[in-house]
Amino acid sequence: MDDTAVVVAFWLLALLTLGSALMVAVVRDLVHAVLFLILSFVGVAGLYITLSADFVAVVQVLVYAGAISVLMLFAILLTPRSARDNAPVPYAAPIAALAGLVGAVVVFVALKTDWAKVEDDRFGSTAEAIGAALIDPFVLPFEVASLLLVVAMVGAIILVRPPEEGP
Amino acid sequence: MIDLEHVLVVGALLFSIGLYVALSRRNAVGILMGIELMLNSVNLNLIGFARFVDSPRPIDGQVFTVFVITVAAAEAAVALALAVAVYRLRQSIDVDRLDTLKW
Repeated sequence: MDDTAVVVAFWLLALLTLGSALMVAVVRDLVHAVLFLILSFVGVAGLYITLSADFVAVVQVLVYAGAISVLMLFAILLTPRSARDNAPVPYAAPIAALAGLVGAVVVFVALKTDWAKVEDDRFGSTAEAIGAALIDPFVLPFEVASLLLVVAMVGAIILVRPPEEGP
Repeated sequence: MIDLEHVLVVGALLFSIGLYVALSRRNAVGILMGIELMLNSVNLNLIGFARFVDSPRPIDGQVFTVFVITVAAAEAAVALALAVAVYRLRQSIDVDRLDTLKW
């Protein structure tokens, strides 16, 4: 890809991601917040593509923008009488100060540290390399992750199942 | 030229926005949105490190990201099921009012 085009795409996608994340924080209705959250997830997927992580970008769109957002929409629609309007909390200013402080510290550390960088783009297509890494060094975490998914699925089903009549 | 610091700055800003959302929402689903934003910023940092930092196995950052996405999906499923279960019990998922264990 052309280098200038990649840089322009990176900053546009960063603007999209941060802008819609800000809208998630600002907007009052939770359904609108989920829609902005989906936009932010798609922006992050685009950022992954500019950082030559194509497989992770596809996974991001499938899992975050597809599955988790739909789960959130369902959860919001299944809790209709709960307050959705993000009533103001009394300590919004300290929270904003804390969040800004954390962001400032992380930015400071990121800019001060001397990273051992390489300039060249090492990745061609990453799906094959990720698959090989999941088999060779990461096979145990891979199996634990599948176990975790089964446990979480069964747990979610049991949690939302309607209560049974007496024994 | 995109540099590692640019990615890290974007990730830090995304993290602080997610922290603000997680702390300032009253609705449990809104808090989960903030947590997902923070996880996204962590993933963005991992991808940036995998792309730019010198390492014998550069693909590992992307593998970590896949694992983080997996755990985030499991966590979101359980958390939203908990929200629905709490709503059935209390007709509310306002976390300020879920204080039965407080005293």
